[in-house]
Amino acid sequence: MAETIDQTFVLIKHFILNWAQAFLPDWTIVFLSILISVTAIAIFGPVTMMYLTLMERKLVGRIQNRYGPNRVGFWGLLQPIADGVKMLTKEDIVPAGADKFAHFLAPVVIVIPALLIFSVIPFGRGMIAVDLSIGILFFLALSSTTTIWIFVASWGSRNKFSLLGGMRSVAQMISYEIPMVLSIVPVLIVVGSFSTVAIVEAQSGWNWFVFTPWGIVGFLIFFLTGVAEVNRTPFDLPEGESEIVAGFHTEYSGMKFALFYMAEFMNTFSISAIVATAYLGGWQGPWLPSWAWFFIKTYALIFVMMWFRGTFPRLRVDQLMGFAWKFLLPLTLVNLLVAGIWTQFDTPKNYVVTISILGIAIMVLYWANRPEMPKKRTYRYAYADK
Amino acid sequence: MFGLGVLKGMLVTFKNFILSYFTKERLTTVQYPEERIPEKERFRNFPFLIYDDKPEDLRCVSCDICAKECPPKCITIVRDKDEQGRPLKRPKVFDIDFTICMNCGICEEVCPFDAIFMDHEFELAEFGRFEDLNYHKEDLLKSAEYFAKIRPSDAARIDAKRREKTAKAQTETQTQNPGTGPTK
Repeated sequence: MAETIDQTFVLIKHFILNWAQAFLPDWTIVFLSILISVTAIAIFGPVTMMYLTLMERKLVGRIQNRYGPNRVGFWGLLQPIADGVKMLTKEDIVPAGADKFAHFLAPVVIVIPALLIFSVIPFGRGMIAVDLSIGILFFLALSSTTTIWIFVASWGSRNKFSLLGGMRSVAQMISYEIPMVLSIVPVLIVVGSFSTVAIVEAQSGWNWFVFTPWGIVGFLIFFLTGVAEVNRTPFDLPEGESEIVAGFHTEYSGMKFALFYMAEFMNTFSISAIVATAYLGGWQGPWLPSWAWFFIKTYALIFVMMWFRGTFPRLRVDQLMGFAWKFLLPLTLVNLLVAGIWTQFDTPKNYVVTISILGIAIMVLYWANRPEMPKKRTYRYAYADK
Repeated sequence: MFGLGVLKGMLVTFKNFILSYFTKERLTTVQYPEERIPEKERFRNFPFLIYDDKPEDLRCVSCDICAKECPPKCITIVRDKDEQGRPLKRPKVFDIDFTICMNCGICEEVCPFDAIFMDHEFELAEFGRFEDLNYHKEDLLKSAEYFAKIRPSDAARIDAKRREKTAKAQTETQTQNPGTGPTK
C-alpha cells in the first residue's frame, strides 16, 4: 500500500501507456511517454507559479500583520485565476522606440529555461522526466541563460531604467554564478556523478549532505546564491522598485509582464528543488511518500525565501558585489578543498580536520570582511562652550 | 557582533508571522462589508430632508436659504403653488446633486426650520454618472425617528428647542396679550 502511494504518479503514467499500447504502434508509445512527462511539467510549472504568488502575498501579509488576499474564493484560493484573467485583458503596450522583436521575444523565451529545469528535478522515487547524466550541469547552464533574456528585455525596451536593471542583473548574475557553481562542486566530488538521481540516492537514510561540515557551508552558500540567482529580495537589484521603477520589466504590461513573473517564480521553485535535492536529501525521508518529502523540503526553502522577502531591505550594489567576491567565493574554494579532504579520510578524523579548516576559514573571512567604521570626528572649534 | 542583526530581524518577522494567527489584536484590518467600525455620531456625509409624522409634512418650508448658502450650489428648490398660483410653504422640487455636494454641512447649520440634516449613509455607489446621483425630494425624505437613531444627542437638543418654541407660540396665542410674554 505504502509502495502504491509512493509510486502513484509513476503508476498513472504506466497505466496510460499500457492502455495506449493496445491500439497504438510501438514507436508512438515512446513519444507518448515523453508527451505525458512534458504535459505534466508544462501544467505543473505554471500552476505552481500561480499558487506561489498567492503564498507569497499571504505570507508577507501575515509578516506585516495583514490578512493578504482572502476575497476571491475560500482563503483567496481563486485569486491567481482572477489575476490571470486581469493580466490577459490588460492592454499590451510596446514603446514607440522599442526594438519590437526583442521586446516580444524576451518574455516568451525567458519561460523556456525555467520550464526545462523542471525536467531534471527528481520529484520522487522514479519521478523524473529525464534522468540526464549531466543533470546538475544542465541546471547550471539553463539557469544562467535567464540573464540573457533579462538583458534582451531591458535592451529591447529602450528605457534607461530598464537598461539599468538589465545591467545590474548581468553584473549580479556573473558575480553569483561563480560561488553558485563552486558551492555545488563538493556534492559532485563526494557523489561522483552529475545526475540528480544519483545525488539523491547517495543521501539515503539520514545521510543528508547538510549534516556534514562541508554540506552545511555548501548548503548555505548555494541557497543564498540561488536566492540571488532568481533576483529575489534582498538581491532584487535588477527590479528595485524604489530606485529604478521596475527594472528590466518597466516597459512590460499584461501577459508579457506575467510571463516574467512566471519565469521568476518557476525559477524560485526549481532553485529550491535543486537545493533540496543536492543538500537536503531530495525525496529521501521516513514514513511519508517520497514525493511528499520532496515537496515538504522544497516548500520549506521557498518559505525561507519569502521570509527573507518579508524581512530584509535591498542590498546596495557594492555590498552585493563585496559579499559575493570577498566572502562567498573564498569560502567556496575552501569548501572545495574540505570536500576533497572529506573523501580521503576516515570518519572520526575527517570531521575534526574539516571542521577546523572551515572554522578557521570562516573566522579569517569574517575578520577580513568586518565593516570599517570611520572614527568619530570631534569638532574642536565648532562650539565655543565645549 | 556584525551579522547578528540579520538573524534578529528574521526572528522579529517570524514572531509577527506566527502571532498574527493567534492574536486578533495584531490584525488591524477591518473586513469591511462583513465587519464595520461603529459610526461616530458627528460623522456627516450627505444631507437628507426630515419629516415628523407623515412624509407629506416636510419641515422644509422652501425658504431657499440652504440653496443660497450652499458653496458648490448643489441644491435646487422650486416652491410649490396652489391652484390660484399662490405660493405654498412646501417645496415642489427639492434636488440635491450628490456628485456636486462636498459634505460641508452648511445647509444644516443655516436652516432656520431644522429641516435638513447630514446623514450617515455612505454606500451610494451607482452606475450612472449624472442623473443617478441627483437625489430628488422623495429619495431624500427620512423620518425624525431615523434622525433620533443616528444622531441622538443632536436630535434631543433640537427637539427640546422645537418644543420650547411651540410652547411659547401656544402661550402667546392663549393669553392674547403680547405685553406679558417674554419680550425682546
